[in-house]
Amino acid sequence: MKIKNDTLTLDATDLEILRALQKDARQTYASIGKRLGMAHSTVYDRIRRMEQHGIIKQYTTVVDGEKAGVKSITALMTIYTDPKESERVAEELSKAPKVLEVYTSLSEELLIIAKVAAENQEGLHAFIANYVAPLPGVLRIRTSIITKKFKETQFSIANDS
Amino acid sequence: MNTENMPKSLKTFPREKAFYFFTSIGNYTGISAASLNEFVERISEVNVKSLEFHLYRGDFEKWMAEVVRDDELSNEVKRLQKFNLMGDALRNQLSAVVSKRLKRLTGQLGPSRFQ
Repeated sequence: MKIKNDTLTLDATDLEILRALQKDARQTYASIGKRLGMAHSTVYDRIRRMEQHGIIKQYTTVVDGEKAGVKSITALMTIYTDPKESERVAEELSKAPKVLEVYTSLSEELLIIAKVAAENQEGLHAFIANYVAPLPGVLRIRTSIITKKFKETQFSIANDS
Repeated sequence: MNTENMPKSLKTFPREKAFYFFTSIGNYTGISAASLNEFVERISEVNVKSLEFHLYRGDFEKWMAEVVRDDELSNEVKRLQKFNLMGDALRNQLSAVVSKRLKRLTGQLGPSRFQ
């Protein structure tokens, strides 16, 4: 771990700690230290610094909404925008609690791709019609409702494919 | 132009109150109408699937009642649902109903049979 110009450069030990946390963020510093052959205080210091530098963004809980009995639908919106307004559209979308993820993409036209969740199809449509379509710069919208999820995971720094 | 005495039905609404034409859930055509005048123009150009989608969901009558604040027009449009119109027949009927109402509001026609 090196800090230069307030930028943290990770070494192999840091990456090992991150891999361990991505597998199980609830394990103790001592448990990680024992596995990696280092003191728990070293693990603690390195994790603290990675938190302070925003490398570790948060510790969260992945909930299976279906098993938890939470009724909702998820959809992917492709929003065609006026290039001059696309940043602002993306920023406005990011403010909405129903919008889970927002990306910009450059294909033949400038697109915004957003993942959105709603209580049902009517709620999804109302949100898009009343909040997304009126945003200045929105040219048209294509929405695909997700019917079945085969995989959902976060980017992992692990080496295995 | 002085719009103070203009019937609400003839006013232009802010973009958040405009009507946005969709062809199905979440699929926005890029066409919108911020006044009844614009609405008539747009129904002649929008994909007819959009007219079918909105008429049978009750979106047109809702917008006309809640935004345009024209209950008479809202009821007239709602009545179209009974005829199970599709395609250009729907487009033509919807256009005729709204155009007639606009003419009445602008004084180009006599009073409505409902008044």
